[in-house]
Amino acid sequence: MLFFGVTAYAVFGGADFGAGFWDLIAGGPVKGARPRALVDHSIGPVWEANHVWLIFCLVVLWTAFSEAFASIGLTLFVPLTLAALGIVLRGSSFAFRKTMFRTRERRVFGAIFALSSVLVPYCMGAIAGAIASGRVPAGGEAGDPWDSWVNPTSVLGGVLAVTVCAYLAAVYLVWDARRLGDDALVEYFRRRAVVAAIVAGVVAGAGIFVLHADAEYIFDGLTSRALPLVIASAACGIGSLVLLLRHAHRYARILAIGAVATVVWGWGVAQWDYILPETLTVVDAAAPSGTLTTVLVVFAIAAVVILPSIGLLYWLDQRGLLPEESVDAPPSASPNRDEVRYT
Amino acid sequence: MLAVDSVSFARAQMAFTLGFHIILVPLGVSWAAMTLIANWRGIKRNDADAMLLAQRWSKYMAVTFAVGAVTGTVLTFEFALLWPKFMDQWGPAFGIPFTFEGLFFFTEAIFISIYIFGWKRLRPWPHFWSGVPIVIAGIAGSASVIAANAWMNDPEGFTLNKAGEIVDVDPLGVIFNDAMPLEALHMIVAAYLVGGFLIASVYAVGMLKGRRDRYHRIGFLIPFTVAAIATPIQMGVGDSLARWVYNNEPTKFAAIELVPETSSDVPETLFGHLNDDGTVSGGIAIPGLASILSDPSDGTSTVIEGLDTFPADERPTTRQVNTVHLAWDVMVGLGTLLMLLTLWYWLSWIFRRDMPKSKWFLRIASVAGVASIVAMEAGWVVTEVGRQPWVVHDYMKVEDAATTNQGVWITFTAVVLLYAAVGVTLILVLRSMSRRFRAQEEDDTDVPYGPRPLEPGV
Repeated sequence: MLFFGVTAYAVFGGADFGAGFWDLIAGGPVKGARPRALVDHSIGPVWEANHVWLIFCLVVLWTAFSEAFASIGLTLFVPLTLAALGIVLRGSSFAFRKTMFRTRERRVFGAIFALSSVLVPYCMGAIAGAIASGRVPAGGEAGDPWDSWVNPTSVLGGVLAVTVCAYLAAVYLVWDARRLGDDALVEYFRRRAVVAAIVAGVVAGAGIFVLHADAEYIFDGLTSRALPLVIASAACGIGSLVLLLRHAHRYARILAIGAVATVVWGWGVAQWDYILPETLTVVDAAAPSGTLTTVLVVFAIAAVVILPSIGLLYWLDQRGLLPEESVDAPPSASPNRDEVRYT
Repeated sequence: MLAVDSVSFARAQMAFTLGFHIILVPLGVSWAAMTLIANWRGIKRNDADAMLLAQRWSKYMAVTFAVGAVTGTVLTFEFALLWPKFMDQWGPAFGIPFTFEGLFFFTEAIFISIYIFGWKRLRPWPHFWSGVPIVIAGIAGSASVIAANAWMNDPEGFTLNKAGEIVDVDPLGVIFNDAMPLEALHMIVAAYLVGGFLIASVYAVGMLKGRRDRYHRIGFLIPFTVAAIATPIQMGVGDSLARWVYNNEPTKFAAIELVPETSSDVPETLFGHLNDDGTVSGGIAIPGLASILSDPSDGTSTVIEGLDTFPADERPTTRQVNTVHLAWDVMVGLGTLLMLLTLWYWLSWIFRRDMPKSKWFLRIASVAGVASIVAMEAGWVVTEVGRQPWVVHDYMKVEDAATTNQGVWITFTAVVLLYAAVGVTLILVLRSMSRRFRAQEEDDTDVPYGPRPLEPGV
C-alpha cells in the first residue's frame, strides 16, 4: 500500500512538473512582433500536448487521492475557478489569434493570451502555496475561501510561479531563436532570461523567510529532508545563470529545467508524508490498491506509448519539420506578418 | 449575499459547460477521420480538390480542437469545484476511466499537432499515417469518458465498507460496467453522425449559394456519406440501448415513456405531459406501442414499471419527467427525420448513381447539422435528467454531491458570459477563415508536401 502511495506520488510529482512545464514555455510576456512570432512558432505545435500534462495531473489527483482533490476544490474554489477560466481564455485566444491577420484583432487576442498566461500560473502557484502552508483542511470541510489563497505563502507561490515561467520560457526561446539563426532575438531573450533568473532567484531566496514565518512545516522540511534538493536547485539556478552569461545556451537550458524540477521535488519532499500538510497524509488519502494499480498500469502504458510519441513530436518540431502553420501564411512568411493582409 | 441554492447553480453550470463541450466533441472525434478520407483520396487518386479540402479541414480542426481541449479542461476543474463530495467518495472508481481518457487525449493532442503542422515538410504517406492515431484515440477516448458516465448510471466494480467508503476497486468492472458498451457505441456513432451532418451542412449552404464546383461537391459528399452510414447504425444502437434501459434503468424508462403506473399494453405517448397527480394529459397516444417496442416478443402484454413503483424521493420529479419525455421525443423525432433524409440520399445513389439533385435535399441537408446537434443534446438530457435525483445511481444523490460554496451563481454567470463570447468568436473565426480561403483561391502558394525552403523561415 505504502509502496504504491509513494510511487504514485513520485509520478504525480513528475506530472505536476510537466503541468508546470507547459505554462512555463508560454509564460514570458513578450513584446514586439518578432519575439511574438517566435513564441507562436515555438509553442504552436506543442502547447496542446503540454496542456494535457495538466489534465493528466488533475485526473491522477482525483483518482488516486480523491479526498485531497475534494478538499482542494472545496477550499480553493476561487483561484481554481480563475485558473480554469484563464485556461479557456488562454487556449482559445491563442488559437484564434493564429487565424487573424488584422493587427487590431491580433492585438486583442494577443493581450488576452498574454494576460491569462500570467493569471494561470499565478493561481496555480497560489494554490500550491495554500496547500503548502496547511490552509486546506481535509475531510470535506471548506477552509477560508479568501485567506486560504491570499496569504504570504500563496503570494510567494504565485509570484514564484510567474517568474519561474518567464525564466524558463526565456531560456527556451533563446534556444529556439538560435536554432533559427536569429542573433538579434537570441540576444533579446538572453538578456530577459538573465533578468528573470535573477528575479526568480531573489523571490525564491525571499521565500525562505516567508516560509519560516508562515509555513513552519514546509520550512522545517526544506531545511532538513529536502535540503539536498534545495541546494541542487540553487546550484542549477546559479549554474544556468553563469552559462547564460557565457552564451552556453544548450546547457543553460538543461540546468534551468533542473533548477525548476528540484524546486517542485523539494516541495514534495518537504511536505512528505502529508499530501495536505498536517491534516491528510499521502497514505490516508490514497485510493484502494485496485485503483492505484490501474493508475500505475496507465503510467506504464503512457511510458511505452506516449513518451515515444511526445519525443517524436519534439524531435519533429526541433528539426523544423512542423513549420508554423498559420491559416494562409506562405511558406516563407516574414515575422512581420502582422501587416494587414486580405482585408 | 443572496441566499442561493448552490446545488441548482452547480447543476446549471455543469449542464451548460457539458452542453457546450459536447458540440465540439463530434468534431474532435470524427472530423479527423473525414479529413483522412479526403487526404487519402488526394494522395491515392492525385485529387487536388480532395487534398485542398483535407488541408483546410485540418486547419479548422486546429481551432475547434483547441477550444474543445480547454472547455474539456474546465470540466475537469468542475469536478473539484462543483462536486467535491462526489469526487471525495467515488473518485477512486469514477476516476479510473478518466486515467485512460488522459492517455488517449494525450495521444490525440500529440498526433493532431504532428498532422496539422506536418503538411509542408513531411512526406505524403508518413503524414497521412500520423493522422490515424487521432482517429483511434478519439474513439477510444470517447469510450473512456462514456464509461465513466455509464458507471454513474450503473455503478459496479467496487466494494464499500460500513462507513460507505470504497475499500476495494475492480478497475475492469468499473470500466466495462453493463451500461458501458451500448452507451459508448451510441455516443461514438453519434459523433460521426453529428460531425458528418454538421460539416456537410456547411457545404450544402455553399452549394445553395451557387458554389457548385467539384471542391464543394466533395466537401459535401465525404461528410454526408459518413453521416448517412452512421444514421441507420444509430437507429439500431439506439433501439437496443432503449431496451437495455427498459431492463436495467426502470425509473429512467418510466420517465422516457411517461408511465405513471405499472401496467401492460402501455401506449406510446408523443409529446403530452405528466401532471402532479399522476395523470397524463395532452399528446398523441399510440395504443400499446410502448409495450411492443420494449419487448417485441411479448407484444402488448409487456409490463412496463411505472413511476409509482419508486419512492418519490428516488425518482425524477414531475418536471424532470416531463423534461426527459420531451427530450426523448425530440431525439427520436429528429433521428427519424435524419433517417428519412439518409434514405433519400441512398435511394438516389442506388437508382440514379448520383446524390439527389433537388434543391430541397440541399435545403434540408443544410439544417441537418443543427438538427443532429439538437438530437444529441436531447439524448444527453434524457440520460442525465432521467437519472435524477441520483448522481451515482442508488448510491449518492446530486444534492449530497455538490459543493457547499455559496459563490456558484457568480461562477455560473461568468462561465455563461465567457462561453458565449468564446462560442461567438469561434463561429466568426471559422467564417473568416472560410472567407479568406475563398479569397485566396486564386494565388495558392500553400502547396502541401513541398520542398523545404532554402532559408529556414520563421
